[in-house]
Amino acid sequence: MIENRPLLKLTAHLVLIAGVALVAFPVYLAIIASTHGPTDFMSGVIPLLPGPHAVENYRQVLASGVSTSGIPPISLMMTNSLIMALTIAIGKIVISLLSAFAIVYFRFPFRALAFWAIFVTLMLPVEVRIVPTFQVVANLGMLNSYAGLSIPLIASATATFLFRQFFLTVPDELMEAARVDGAGPMKFFFDILLPLSRTNIAALFVILFIYGWNQYLWPLLITTSSDYYTVVMGIKRMADVADSYPQWNTVMATVVLAMLPPVLVVICMQRLFVKGLVETEK
Amino acid sequence: MQSKRTVFSNRALPYMLLAPQLAVTAIFFLWPAAQAFRQSFLREDAFGFSTQFVWFDNYMRLFQSASYLNSMAVTAVFATSVAVLSIVIALALAVAANGMIRSQQTYSTLIIWPYAVAPAVAGVMWWFMFNPTIGILSYLMRQAGYNWNHGLDGTDAMILVVIASSWKQISYNFLFFLAGLHAIPRSLTEAAAIDGAGPIKRFFTITLPLLSPTTFFLVVVNVVYAMFDTFAVIHATTEGGPNQATNILVYKVFDDGFIGLNLGSSAAQSVILMAIVTVFTFIQFRYIERRVEY
Repeated sequence: MIENRPLLKLTAHLVLIAGVALVAFPVYLAIIASTHGPTDFMSGVIPLLPGPHAVENYRQVLASGVSTSGIPPISLMMTNSLIMALTIAIGKIVISLLSAFAIVYFRFPFRALAFWAIFVTLMLPVEVRIVPTFQVVANLGMLNSYAGLSIPLIASATATFLFRQFFLTVPDELMEAARVDGAGPMKFFFDILLPLSRTNIAALFVILFIYGWNQYLWPLLITTSSDYYTVVMGIKRMADVADSYPQWNTVMATVVLAMLPPVLVVICMQRLFVKGLVETEK
Repeated sequence: MQSKRTVFSNRALPYMLLAPQLAVTAIFFLWPAAQAFRQSFLREDAFGFSTQFVWFDNYMRLFQSASYLNSMAVTAVFATSVAVLSIVIALALAVAANGMIRSQQTYSTLIIWPYAVAPAVAGVMWWFMFNPTIGILSYLMRQAGYNWNHGLDGTDAMILVVIASSWKQISYNFLFFLAGLHAIPRSLTEAAAIDGAGPIKRFFTITLPLLSPTTFFLVVVNVVYAMFDTFAVIHATTEGGPNQATNILVYKVFDDGFIGLNLGSSAAQSVILMAIVTVFTFIQFRYIERRVEY
């Protein structure tokens, strides 16, 4: 503070507390709702204090799912989400590292063309070209498979850019020294470039894990078998039925479980998360 | 195109390194985009027996159809509201947090985590709070004499999706504003204080103008977010209704393509959206280039 103004400080604290409350309130209600029995939602307004059914609600959704909406156990859906999120995050990082390495450390015909072909994908969210992409995946027979869930989302201009920018800042002398010492390109890549990129990889991983976990439309379209449902899209199927048959307690238990992993990742790796978010937008 | 001063001289290796990325890009990005482009000039009958080339007819029909024009208006209202709401709230929080010394880190942690919440999940939570029969917010509004029903009233539904989408975006804007505030030199604010400018005057004459690059960047990002990434919020809650009141463009592409099976029209809409995204990406890049200069 430039000058001491207790009133201003107090106002700032009040604004922040209001902000934190605004941010937390929906989640608080979701957690509360997940601790009540189904009959509590039959009439009147939702309760504001925890109820006694937390353990049984969570046990029910995790172990057996919700049969009335054809929902498999949430543990299965969370495993699917985890597989999808990890495949997308790791896959994006691997192929982007390789292509950025090729673009920065080699000169070859069609280099600019390759760069622009990758760059174009930056501008094309899946939602925008959803019908033709679905047709391609259906023709390849990748519906209802982990490959279909993750591979189409794996190409990433953002990650390629980030690594390209980073590689350009790596001192040229490192590569020259490695060449003088007789190291080939792949040895240089694995022994020097990869260890140097460790923080960038970790920061990007946090962002991409959240991106992968939170995918919605894509899994919704290409999974018809409940064995491949992911948890974020599964909530929609549950909420649809909840209007006619009150099972808000199980819906909200699923909501809480669906946001737990990515939120924990953000809170536990806050420094990496902030770095990843700011760098990918540069 | 930059590259290193000295480079490795292998012939085949760079192509092998690029192959996975290019293969995925070609199969799942470029090919579908080309397909959308091609289909936007074709018309298929409802059973898929015959297709004919119709030139720009799909586009012409779009711009004459009341539902598409409505969807454009809805998108404009929606994107503007989400951008304004989330930017204003985030700016207030960031300015307040920037004044804190010891508690800044704690407040930041408590504000940024919703970034990790999926848009669909955010939508369902607000949907639950606004539920006309049991929702807490609709209950409070009934007490205040307003009968909330987002299932029937288009304005109510729009407010619901705007709030749910903005709620999720506050954390993102907050982070960027806080970073922007940290970059403002202390000496400027101090000099203004010595000259007798109070906190409010300092905010409008120093902080806000110096934050304008960040604000501009966030406006672009938030509009893009509201136009394309909020699909899940809409789909998980209002599904474009009631009576098309929340049918934003990206939802309409999906709705016409998958539910209505009007492939030609859906493809034409895809092409229009791609053009819009391209414009935004271009604006963003121009801005980044400028930012690097100073």
